[in-house]
Amino acid sequence: MAIFVNEKTKVLVQGLTGGQGRFHGLRNRDYGTQVVAGVTPGKAGQDVEGIPVFDTVESAVAATGATASFIAVPPKAAPAAILEAARAGIGFVVCITEGVPAQDEARVFATLQRDFPKTRLLGPNCPGIISPGKCNIGITAGEIAALPTAKGPNVGIVSRSGTLTYQALYELKQRNIGVSTCVGIGGDPVPGTSFVDCLAEFQSDPETHAIIMIGEIGGTAEEEAAEFIMTHVTKPMSAYIAGVTAPAGKKMGHAGAIVSGGKGTAQGKMDALNSAGVKVGLNPTEACELMAQIIASM
Amino acid sequence: MDLFEYQGKQYFARYDIAVSAGGVALTVDEAVAQAEHAKYPVVIKAQVQVGGRGKAGGIKLANNADEVRLHAKNILGMDIKGHIVKRVWVEHASDIAEEYYASFTLDRSAKRHLLMLSAQGGVEIEHVAVVDPTAIVKLHVNPVEGLSLDSAKRAVVDARISEKARDGVAAMLVKLYECFTKGDCDLAEINPLILKPNGEVHALDAKVTLDDNAAFRHPEWDEYRATEELDEREKLAREKNLQYIGLDGSVGIIANGAGLAMSTLDVVNQVGGKAANFLDIGGGANAELMTAALEVINSDTKVKSIFINIFGGITRGDEVAKGIVEAMKRVKLRAPIVIRLDGTNATEGRAIIAAAGIAESQLISRSTMLEAARSAVEIAGKK
Repeated sequence: MAIFVNEKTKVLVQGLTGGQGRFHGLRNRDYGTQVVAGVTPGKAGQDVEGIPVFDTVESAVAATGATASFIAVPPKAAPAAILEAARAGIGFVVCITEGVPAQDEARVFATLQRDFPKTRLLGPNCPGIISPGKCNIGITAGEIAALPTAKGPNVGIVSRSGTLTYQALYELKQRNIGVSTCVGIGGDPVPGTSFVDCLAEFQSDPETHAIIMIGEIGGTAEEEAAEFIMTHVTKPMSAYIAGVTAPAGKKMGHAGAIVSGGKGTAQGKMDALNSAGVKVGLNPTEACELMAQIIASM
Repeated sequence: MDLFEYQGKQYFARYDIAVSAGGVALTVDEAVAQAEHAKYPVVIKAQVQVGGRGKAGGIKLANNADEVRLHAKNILGMDIKGHIVKRVWVEHASDIAEEYYASFTLDRSAKRHLLMLSAQGGVEIEHVAVVDPTAIVKLHVNPVEGLSLDSAKRAVVDARISEKARDGVAAMLVKLYECFTKGDCDLAEINPLILKPNGEVHALDAKVTLDDNAAFRHPEWDEYRATEELDEREKLAREKNLQYIGLDGSVGIIANGAGLAMSTLDVVNQVGGKAANFLDIGGGANAELMTAALEVINSDTKVKSIFINIFGGITRGDEVAKGIVEAMKRVKLRAPIVIRLDGTNATEGRAIIAAAGIAESQLISRSTMLEAARSAVEIAGKK
């Protein structure tokens, strides 16, 4: 088992003929992911190293039975691409595009909620998702992710930051701890999938035995996660929150990472998670060490 | 990007939101000319992006040219909480009957737009929220459906806005929502939104934050960019297309990825040091990018050590190492580098750095983030 994706997931890549789509789409296929189609308007009939390209998501789905979409198109085109995938009945959409305006994200999210409740969006501005050994959609380097073991214990990872996700994958691999699924939800103000969504999935996934959560300053997603953990998550957790030293009013790289009006501080988030029984590390390494202790005691 | 009040008012005017007649001035003479144009009495307002201008003496009423000269001379160059006043906004003074508050933001938790409206304007809304939270009406707006005039009218009634101002305020809210959404604002705030004795409703102040991600569809934002107050290091970084934020410590930071860069700041702090900056070099850490990053860090005279924290994912450690070695040939650095290279091909990368024959006084390699932070802080402390 894994969450959101598995070895049966069939992926189409919107923007496969572009630089990013081609690079990551082919890497995902090399990893073993079933990358079955590409979509670029006006390029139907072409192929990218054997992957057939279609004009529309609808025609790609009809021809290949794709169930998930990987969107690697520029910010201007991303909102329409997400909605096109949803209209074609795609159930899981991963959008890595960085720089989508917040107003567009809010409109897209509200549209999905109202018209396409069966479509789950991951991102925008996220590294993607990997279920080691089964499916890798996005920009994660598959080789740094440890495979889950049949009898476990395995760890699920959910994170707002890309590089910190890799850091966590790598540290777990060095400690020989298997990973069930690693989800990067992205650093934007309106992520399609939240911490809470992922925690709920990990909680009900039999292959996941413990969870690492990596948050950062800005917004209240970590506080909401803490509340959810208190009432719904029984699996042991460790966490790290980036940005303890970030000054107020400055966006720390990610559009969503900003402390404003005294809200969204790292300390507030760490306190909330601590109260929910999560073991909070002061840096990524410490969070993974805490997880290693949890695993050792299982 | 935060706009100055005068820019916010100009932006509001694009969406047909009523503001006072006025103009911006950089000198005393210009202020007089703007005052003559706006007609006396006028208000002279310091243009700084910080609250508390009035208390600091940055807002003055003037009835004639002599008074404009006196006040403009005092206000231009004034230091308001560390912000030096470079411009004043001169506008026709408004008669005020009542003051309200209105703003639109994104409620990230609800994933909806949020209107906040209060009959208690002219004071800080945070203060109202503490003293009398019921005085603030909060209305969530579905981004797909938008704000209808009917819902705006209901909010106005709920906020107990005076009857004579209701239609005007409701119409203003619809326009402000349009400015917020079509204008790609993170925040569009009017405080105070005033009712004049003649029944007109009018924006007396403007606080606007624009969403940088939407700049591609707003060529009109270019002029706002020109007045953005960046320090020299930030200007240089912007030219080089780097995500940089200047801070006041002595350890220069370069990392790949925003999360890792933030985390690097934290770890430096944890071991007793202070970061000089936040710098996210992004995905491909090649020689060009690394050179640009080192140039920006090098322009900061407070930097005593440079901590390069790279985690190789798809960006391979050997490529990063080559980039650093090459960049060090191009830039003469004022401080030694401590590098932590981990992830994909880190071993090969470390070998490349070792083979480059760079003296240990210039470049030290450490295998973990924590060890590297300790070394960088130790060096920064020594000098």
